[in-house]
Amino acid sequence: MTGSLRRLAALLGLAGLPVVVLGVFFVLPVSAMIGLGLWPDGRFDLGPAWEALRRERTLRVLWFTVWAAGAATAVTVLLGVSAAYALHRLALPGARVVRTVLMAPFVLPTVVVGVAFDQLLGDGGPLAFLGWDGTPWSIVAAMVFFNLAVVVRTVGAAWESLDPRPGEAAAALGATPWQVFRVATWPALRGSVVSAATVVFLFCATSFGVVLVLGGMRHATIETEIYLLTTVLFDLPAAAALCLLQFAVVVLLLAVAQRARHGQTTGRRVAARAKRPGMVDLPAVLVALAGAALVMVPIGSLVLRSFRVGDAWSLDNYRRLTQADDPAIPATVLEALVNSLRVAVDATWMAVLLGLLVSLAVTRRSHGRLERRLRGLLDGLFMLPLGVSAVTLGFGFFIALDEPPLDLRDSALLVPIAQALVALPLVVRILVPVLAGIDDRQRQAAASLGASPWRTLVAVDLAVMWQPLLAATGFAFTVSLGEFGATSFLARSEHPTLPVLIFKLLGTPGAHHYGTAVAASVVLAAVTATALVLVERLRVPGVGGF
Amino acid sequence: MTLLEIDDLTVRYAGTPAVDRVSLTVRPGEVLAVLGPSGCGKSTLLRAVAGLEPAASGAIRADGSDLARVPTHRRGFALMFQDGQLFNAQSVAGNVGYPLRIRRRPRAEVSSRVAELLDLVGLAAYADRRPDELSGGEQQRVALARALAVRPRLLLLDEPLSALDAALRDRLAGDLREILTAEGTTALLVTHDHEEAFAVADRMALMRAGRVVQSGTPAQVWAAPVDADAASFLGYDRVLEGDPAAVLLGAAGLPGARTVALRRSALEVHRDGALTGRVLAFRSAPEVLRLVVDVPGVGEVSAVARGAGEWGEVGAEVSLRVVPDRLAVLGGG
Repeated sequence: MTGSLRRLAALLGLAGLPVVVLGVFFVLPVSAMIGLGLWPDGRFDLGPAWEALRRERTLRVLWFTVWAAGAATAVTVLLGVSAAYALHRLALPGARVVRTVLMAPFVLPTVVVGVAFDQLLGDGGPLAFLGWDGTPWSIVAAMVFFNLAVVVRTVGAAWESLDPRPGEAAAALGATPWQVFRVATWPALRGSVVSAATVVFLFCATSFGVVLVLGGMRHATIETEIYLLTTVLFDLPAAAALCLLQFAVVVLLLAVAQRARHGQTTGRRVAARAKRPGMVDLPAVLVALAGAALVMVPIGSLVLRSFRVGDAWSLDNYRRLTQADDPAIPATVLEALVNSLRVAVDATWMAVLLGLLVSLAVTRRSHGRLERRLRGLLDGLFMLPLGVSAVTLGFGFFIALDEPPLDLRDSALLVPIAQALVALPLVVRILVPVLAGIDDRQRQAAASLGASPWRTLVAVDLAVMWQPLLAATGFAFTVSLGEFGATSFLARSEHPTLPVLIFKLLGTPGAHHYGTAVAASVVLAAVTATALVLVERLRVPGVGGF
Repeated sequence: MTLLEIDDLTVRYAGTPAVDRVSLTVRPGEVLAVLGPSGCGKSTLLRAVAGLEPAASGAIRADGSDLARVPTHRRGFALMFQDGQLFNAQSVAGNVGYPLRIRRRPRAEVSSRVAELLDLVGLAAYADRRPDELSGGEQQRVALARALAVRPRLLLLDEPLSALDAALRDRLAGDLREILTAEGTTALLVTHDHEEAFAVADRMALMRAGRVVQSGTPAQVWAAPVDADAASFLGYDRVLEGDPAAVLLGAAGLPGARTVALRRSALEVHRDGALTGRVLAFRSAPEVLRLVVDVPGVGEVSAVARGAGEWGEVGAEVSLRVVPDRLAVLGGG
């Protein structure tokens, strides 16, 4: 039938470019990794990979990854659920401001957060008395700092749209507030809490910049270990083995998160009126304030530290942003910032274009079995990159794209492409729910009124999508600006991005380099925060909720 | 001459036919209602005419030419859903003018036609409002105006009034009929509500399990439902067969028949009634009192009483008159 053929052609047209891009920049690196890890010397051999995974140091790294991520997840969920209640369910003055503050870490570059906690807890820092410097606790604290927003957003959104009537019915039947929570609230929230916890664990277990800055060689997670094995020890087969392990675990966790989300109520959203806070809500309010403090203190301290040189106030750290005085430092901060912005522009249009095509391809209504199968297949394919951490992606690019069939080592597009792939899942996550939420009959009505498929897209899809699309653009841009995991493998040393340069500055001896790194972190944070404020202005529901 | 010709059309969903060898025609200026219970395939039929579902076999022709290869947006029809499906990103006037704008009509023509249409549906004051600020009935009026904007060759109405409450539905049904007549619109309407079909349509087709079981003018269909299911779907209260039918028809002085369908008001309490029944239950309704009576030889049937004091009480004997135009002989006898 011509109709169904046309529909299939349209689907393939939409999906074609993303499929090719994924094929080249995802499948190629991953197969190179598998080759390196499991086919050393061209023959299938699990021995070296197994040996690498059984090393004492590897086991320690594995244990530390699980332990630190688990501890951080537990603390994040406990704080986050209370804060979500206080900020999304109670009528608190200033709740919106606190919500925005809590969102801030979400787009703060990992390197910036690493620097912030380092100067906060390190020698001479305001919280040095805690003695957490160089301990796993600094890493856990930074992970909580990072992920609080995920829990507050995800659980808060679910809580906000929770139908209050079952709870009211239970209360009318004589249930105490605790019983109401158990019988009505918790079952409706459980999906979002489990989903948020899984995602937080995933983020913690794959966090890279923070761990690298705060843990160095001593406290390594799988991610930083891959980096160290690759760039310091040059043990590529071992790094590949760890990448494969990482990939498997991440896919497993994503499947768990998917299942948890599946149980979530997708029913009617009822905008419940915010509740007037009472005395019983005091603990939750305090937790929300503590969460805001946890976010504010490192950032505030970072900003203050940037104006200190020795024991005096000074602008010297900022003056040095444009000065190159050490041959070990390849570029000035300003040059790196310009470089970062250029890369981010490229990465953003790539991520948004791909994300848009993918979202349109997977959300169209399917006619017929073949089309449905094909769409399901594409859906699964496009979710694959979610399973790759940025470091794994960077490592894969590093080993796969420097030789035929594709040699991109010196291409200026390598870094933007990698960053676009890192940002792609985020873009898809923002756009797909919006597109899926459109009643298909809107498109049918437009078509029946004489609108061509293209006009229908403009009148129906684009009309509701331009705001989320702008938000996705903003997020992709900030993700790209702060991207460190993949970029650390790929940035050419003479053209570092700002996060790469900050890391370089931290590792170069000299107190003034540290000061420059702090000032550069403030600048980078300011740029990403500006983008965040613009996105928040758009008030796209569900952004940042996973 | 026919405008729309549905010829032996079959539409399948996952192998099973949702529309099963249906043939129907719509003449210019005529409103055809396809009436049937939910799941009978009437919406699928409408979607196939709109070009949203492919036909498994058979043909749909407009003005004599086959539509199989014509995509939805080139058919020159307009589709109106039960919940309007207005574009909330555009104003009311923007929605109504949308089909004109995508045809690149001059701006002056668009605004005068929009004003004319909003006037026609009685919403002239709402031009700059957003659709989601309007009530359900107002939204449906806007959807109707939008669908009529370019004078489509054929208007497709999918349960246009079903989402509205009863009082509003009655009023809008009358308005809809008037507006369609004023514009000389040809329309295909699908609905499960027989009152909606009666109020709006020139002809109706009764659909069940994918097939058309009866068609004709509303009066014809109403007067002679093809079978018991059709009768109860059309709002008949009870169907009598055999002896009870004969007793009842005899009391009405009508020729005998095997099957007869009764509306709730087919029997009326009346001093000179030919039948006698015992009151089993009664309930007041606006204007009348509704009774359930047991009539010897007929069985349990509904009846009405008008005026005071005629019904007695539960267990009382009442005299009943048969109202001939409130019953229908089925299947031609």
